[in-house]
Amino acid sequence: MKLKGWKELEMGAVIPEAGNAAQYNTGSWRAFRPQWKEENCIQCLFCWIYCPDSSVTVSDGKRGDFDYEHCKGCGVCAHECPGKKGNKAIVMVEEGN
Amino acid sequence: MGKKLAITGNQAVAEAMKQINPDVCAAYPITPSTEIMQRFASFVSDGVVDTELVTVESEHSAMSACIGASAAGGRVMTATSSQGLALMWEMLHIAAGMRLPIAMALVNRALSAPINIHGDHSDGMGSRDCSWIQIYSENAQEAYDNIFQAVRIAEHEEIRLPAMVCMDGFIISHSIESMEFLPDEVVRDFIGEFKPTNPLLDVDKPVTYGPLVLPDYYIEFKKAQHEAIKRAKKVTLDVAKEFEKVSGRSYGLFESYRLDDAEIAIVVLNSAAGTAKDVVDAFRDKGIKVGLLKPRLFRPFPYEEVADALGSARVIGVFDRADSFGGFGPMYMEIASAMIASGSSPVMINRIYGLGGRDFMPEDAEAVIKELVEIADTGKATTLKEYIGVRE
Repeated sequence: MKLKGWKELEMGAVIPEAGNAAQYNTGSWRAFRPQWKEENCIQCLFCWIYCPDSSVTVSDGKRGDFDYEHCKGCGVCAHECPGKKGNKAIVMVEEGN
Repeated sequence: MGKKLAITGNQAVAEAMKQINPDVCAAYPITPSTEIMQRFASFVSDGVVDTELVTVESEHSAMSACIGASAAGGRVMTATSSQGLALMWEMLHIAAGMRLPIAMALVNRALSAPINIHGDHSDGMGSRDCSWIQIYSENAQEAYDNIFQAVRIAEHEEIRLPAMVCMDGFIISHSIESMEFLPDEVVRDFIGEFKPTNPLLDVDKPVTYGPLVLPDYYIEFKKAQHEAIKRAKKVTLDVAKEFEKVSGRSYGLFESYRLDDAEIAIVVLNSAAGTAKDVVDAFRDKGIKVGLLKPRLFRPFPYEEVADALGSARVIGVFDRADSFGGFGPMYMEIASAMIASGSSPVMINRIYGLGGRDFMPEDAEAVIKELVEIADTGKATTLKEYIGVRE
């Protein structure tokens, strides 16, 4: 991508385009990766509500897998996940393992 | 023609703010600027203005609220002094970096420690690098007139930077002098409607303020900011010309007083310039070619124009009512930069005076001009930087 020159920038570093964080892939920042264990998922969607980066994909009211292009691996979803009978539906695993 | 009244500097600024009728003012009281917001608060509670007055818990919060209100799309003003400005320092940069045209009255006061409530320029000079347009005022009339012009300059679409109007604490803020007001409708027409650039309250066009900008773009934003504040020089002159039409009072980038053929020049900011002009007259009466330059627009600094105005001087004495400890005074550094860049090399001395509100007397100006006359004769200055009016 060609970087813009100083004359082409929006004044005061304002971002005029709503929701353009989707264009910025931040997945490579991750040290830990959330893993979804569908068998333990009760579809409460707590993970979707809590995710600060909108990285839990949902369609037809059911959660799907993570959007790993944007998930930074903060672990909030795993922390909030109530799981099923004490078994978490989201676990964090170290990247590269 | 507006009415003429005897009034203090603070009252004059409060009156100017009343006539501007800004959308939002967020402020925290601090001597000697307190009276501005105190009087303005009365205008708010009396329903004379429509302003939303936000009373906050500190100057850091005051400037933060001003930034939020300005980004939201309002015309925003505040006032402060000394420690208050120092506490705002972080937010001053943010207001400028976000290109928000906030207008602020700075009633110049010394910085602690030791604590002191009186007038010097250490607060204003300490915010020199914050990318705020800085306009200095000799008296209440200038402070009043400069407030309107500052609003116009700050809000100019090619600039969009915050501006502060400075006047000396107590010496001007609390002294009564005769000055002329503009009629309300003249002010209204002169400042016009505020048109925000990217208002956060425009829900049909949502925008984000304050994103993280990394090494790939930060310097481009700063270059744009530098170019914007540079443009304020021309806009200041354009606005001054327009202001003269409605007020009959003329302003420039600085005031030249008997400088045309001056071999000896002094540079004096704000209220002390009034005293020094009388002393210049006394020396002129004796046939000594001395003149005075009183800076008005300090940021952006008009280097070429100042060098041109001081062009005939072989000796220059620069008065600073603030010190850059371990360096020359801030005004001296600007004048030296101007002269060096113009290729001329007058002998220049720096005299620090009036810190913490110490009176600047005609004798002080006289002693320095006498010293400059001697330097002009010998071509040599023994002490480049020295404090004056200080006990041994």
